[in-house]
Amino acid sequence: MTATVTSSKPTTGTRRPVGTVLRRNGWTLGLLGILALLLVITKIIQPSYGPGGVQGLAISVLPLALAAVAQTCAVLARGIDLSIGSMMALTSVVSASLMEDRSEGFAVLVVFGVLLLGLAIGAVNGALVAFTRVPDIVVTLAMLFVWAGCALLVLSTPGGGSAAWLSSLSRGPFLTQWIPRAAVVLIVVIAVIWIPLRRSRLGLSLYAVGSDPLAAFRSGVSVTRIKIFSYMLAGLFSAIAGLSLTATTGIGTPVPGPYTLLSVAAVVLGGVSLAGGRGGVFGPVIAVVILSLIRTDMTFLNVDTNLATVAQGLILVGVVMVGSLIQLRRDR
Amino acid sequence: MTGGATDYLLEATDVSKRYGAVVALKSASLRVLPGEVHALMGANGAGKSTLVKILTGGVRPDEGTIRVRGTERSAHSPAEARRSGLVSVYQEPALIPDLDIISNLRLTQTPIEPFRDWIARLGVEELDLTRVARQMPLASLRIIDLARALAIEPDVLMLDEMTAALPANLTERVLETVAGLRGGDRSVIFISHRMIEIAAVCDRATVLREGETVGVVDVGDDDSADRIVESMLGEIVEDLVDRSVLDGRGAERLGPPRLEVRGLGAETRLEDVSFVVHPGEVVGVVALEGQGQDELFDILSGSARPASGEVLVDGEEVSFRHPADAIREGVVFVPADRAEALLMQRPVRDNIALPFSARIPHWGPIRRKQEKPRVDEAIDRLQIDIRAQSEVRFLSGGNQQKVTIARWIASGLDTLLCFDPTRGIDIRTKHQIYPLLRELAAAGAAVLLYTSELSEIQLACDRAIVIFGGEVVAEIRAQDADESSLLRAAHNLRSEDLLPEEIVAGAGSDEPHAERAKGERE
Repeated sequence: MTATVTSSKPTTGTRRPVGTVLRRNGWTLGLLGILALLLVITKIIQPSYGPGGVQGLAISVLPLALAAVAQTCAVLARGIDLSIGSMMALTSVVSASLMEDRSEGFAVLVVFGVLLLGLAIGAVNGALVAFTRVPDIVVTLAMLFVWAGCALLVLSTPGGGSAAWLSSLSRGPFLTQWIPRAAVVLIVVIAVIWIPLRRSRLGLSLYAVGSDPLAAFRSGVSVTRIKIFSYMLAGLFSAIAGLSLTATTGIGTPVPGPYTLLSVAAVVLGGVSLAGGRGGVFGPVIAVVILSLIRTDMTFLNVDTNLATVAQGLILVGVVMVGSLIQLRRDR
Repeated sequence: MTGGATDYLLEATDVSKRYGAVVALKSASLRVLPGEVHALMGANGAGKSTLVKILTGGVRPDEGTIRVRGTERSAHSPAEARRSGLVSVYQEPALIPDLDIISNLRLTQTPIEPFRDWIARLGVEELDLTRVARQMPLASLRIIDLARALAIEPDVLMLDEMTAALPANLTERVLETVAGLRGGDRSVIFISHRMIEIAAVCDRATVLREGETVGVVDVGDDDSADRIVESMLGEIVEDLVDRSVLDGRGAERLGPPRLEVRGLGAETRLEDVSFVVHPGEVVGVVALEGQGQDELFDILSGSARPASGEVLVDGEEVSFRHPADAIREGVVFVPADRAEALLMQRPVRDNIALPFSARIPHWGPIRRKQEKPRVDEAIDRLQIDIRAQSEVRFLSGGNQQKVTIARWIASGLDTLLCFDPTRGIDIRTKHQIYPLLRELAAAGAAVLLYTSELSEIQLACDRAIVIFGGEVVAEIRAQDADESSLLRAAHNLRSEDLLPEEIVAGAGSDEPHAERAKGERE
């Protein structure tokens, strides 16, 4: 009650002017600009690019975008999670093997179970980081092997199945043919989990720990708990990413794709500071779309795929460099 | 519950704490009455910061009890300490750098309206709560920290070196506010190295020495300052300023200037500063917060480039692109923040040896044999306590600052730039640093010393230049540089009928009196 009273009061200073909002989200807006430009370019090189292309783009982007959100959660609290790819593989094979030849209703249970599994394995990562004081990068590198091994124990070769409703969630259009369902799923997931979190004191604590752990401790934040919580979030989003893999491919794949390193790339490109405390999830998500669209364009242009990979890396460095330069100028 | 226990608002009895073989606290006691401002004093290593950490829940004591309003409590985190009624303002700001002020307040669940009231009472009129903490000046952050703590309305408010980084006018406000809390239901534990502040606001003082409470002094008494210092040091120190020494100072100028600054300006704040420093003298720089002194030292030490003007070393114009250029010319810098200068996780020796082993001709294997005597000599000369030398961060603040000076002594220096080197350092170390600066000058070095503590000018300097609004507005010889004339000059006041305190109390913001002062000058 008191919260609503104070916030509805037009006190000066608490309301953010439009300029400030624009400035704070400058990086994300810049990325959106690049994305728009890329879409135009795509349409120019490939005039037939239409709803089908957007559809395919969304489906291919979904797992990586969720992985990038997972990575963002860890990085914001001054951590890094190298086990995201393995966690995706593990949750994917667990869901695929449990859902194979079972009823649609049971699949709902499986989905919730797998989400809990994601939280649990994330909690293991987080607890190891928080209590052993071994650096994040070492712990999660070790857990990368642990979770990858577990995934292979569950399914040694790609297999299993996906419930029909789950698959149809990620494929096909929504309302108009221009809006892919995968994009809607992504937005809903972020809206349901991330946005309430960002506005809560818990989310504030996440940023606080990443920005300055000592100051956060002194402000009454339990740094240990928040650290574990950030890895649980990473685990949760990895599990959703794993489910999206099962849903889009229809099977479970025990060997993880290059998701971990791509998620780090997306986080960097998305304007999240690797030193923690700065950025949000929207930047990385847009960054994923950009990275994937660049690849598509290269294919349209018949560029050698290996060359395309080199170009992708160079673009990553270039964008981050130009972005930092702009930011430096502005901070002066 | 015994009758006696309830008289005290906060009662810490026989608290002890040891770290391995090191005893940080032997039997420390602290009793705070309701409505009093209680000073906690002690030299470096006396156990003051350990006691503070125990009270605020950062560290668990091995033995001893802590009671708040008669109930025993054991806090394991600042959050728990706060719930039991104790809130602290630390030496460094505890605000999250990447969050805006409003989010910082939300994080600690601070009520906004009381916060605004306190901010206004502390003399800051315009405060944009949507600004990110990282982009605000240090002094504002300290004020925000204090207002936040006050708004929570704790039973016991602990202020740890609150005024250390504040300019004189804000210090005044803070002291007024603290004094205003006297006689109420709440108490303040006030930690400061500045005796004048203790005398101004505190009722009683608890003095720690070597982990023990060695005395509780009623501050109101005439000889209380002497008694506090006496119990802190365990011996009586002589009068701080020796007049006869002062009169001899600055009489002769030895040779041509070592460092000369002509019409120096920076993009912001620094307008037009000119002065000279001769070999063999210590020149003090006095300025209120934000008058361009930061920019001046950044330029002289090679961290920033001037927008206008020139810097001459030994009569030749120099343009430093990098601190390494300055160091090559023998111009070395000791910053206020030790963390800026030291490799916190490296041993004392590495830190001292760094400047002379980091030069390019020495990029080969480090020659320990050559290094050792110079490092040892520097350690001896500064009496650095090297019991915890394996990593510099284990050293006390005073010893860390000695290391930053020692490294330049070991590598050899011609011009020493010190920016508030005694910030947050105990009296004993301070009294080692002043003679050291004099000694270095006597050996032929030119020393430029900015200090936020006006009493240091007479202790260490031959003369002082006063910077106001980015320009040098006065030069005062040491014998005339008592605190009141320095404070007057720092406010750019010439006439005798206006005391700075009255202006600070009368005018809401800095603008009007800055303008008035400017008019006066013209």
